[in-house]
Amino acid sequence: MIPLSHYLIVSVLLFAIGCAGVFLRRNVITILLSIEIMLNAVNLSFVAFGRASGDLNGQIITFFVMTVAAAEAAVGLALVIALFRHRESLNPDAFTLLKW
Amino acid sequence: MFETLSFYALAGLAVVASALVIGQRNPMYSVLMLIASFAGLSGLYILLDAPFVAMAQIIIYAGAIMVLFLFVVMLLNAPQEDAAEWDRAHPFRGPGVGRFGALLAALLAVQLAWALTAATGLSAGVGERTDAATVSSIRALGRMIFTDHGFAFEATSILILVAMVGAVVLARREGDS
Repeated sequence: MIPLSHYLIVSVLLFAIGCAGVFLRRNVITILLSIEIMLNAVNLSFVAFGRASGDLNGQIITFFVMTVAAAEAAVGLALVIALFRHRESLNPDAFTLLKW
Repeated sequence: MFETLSFYALAGLAVVASALVIGQRNPMYSVLMLIASFAGLSGLYILLDAPFVAMAQIIIYAGAIMVLFLFVVMLLNAPQEDAAEWDRAHPFRGPGVGRFGALLAALLAVQLAWALTAATGLSAGVGERTDAATVSSIRALGRMIFTDHGFAFEATSILILVAMVGAVVLARREGDS
């Protein structure tokens, strides 16, 4: 039987990879993908904790996270399309209108 | 034995594919790598006796969300990261910010790992104390979603509706009516 800590370590690694992606990449689409990685890392820990405690709530919150991720992806990609139309760029450093 | 082997194979697939997602210059390959990562995670969910979550992971994430990402990547047709000219113009340019971000991510991993070592009761097998049938029952899952979590479920449907309308409004060209 796999210990719970192993699942949590995988979750930690995925979350750290996603966090590094948000900071390091200069592409809005890759940043959104990194956010999806982080959401999935949290999902994995929810399901693992739910399995360890014999509780279904861990799986149910995973569905809600998936739904919110779908909504976030739809709105985020619409924003990306609108931004690309104005600036012809996907680099977040290009969007500096509110900066002085 | 088989369970251990498949756990390490699937966990390795998920982690390596996720690392490749942020290691790619071309967003198209990033999206495809993320689909591979989701396949690994879905296998982990099956190991955790959560078959419905595993199927939802494939159908919703790999099937719907990633296809949406692929559509946008193909629609925008800007595959390479155009870092060069904007990096020169940016005041915080240079590797300093990148180093700070990498440091922050490494710090987060160390901190979470340290929290894991400090916690107790994690070394027991994940399915030792409870029965697999109680958590893998889709009937119980559906009953719980539509009774105990009915309000959250309905609120989610409103959220989806708002996100749909918002996406249509945001992506619309100015001047269209």
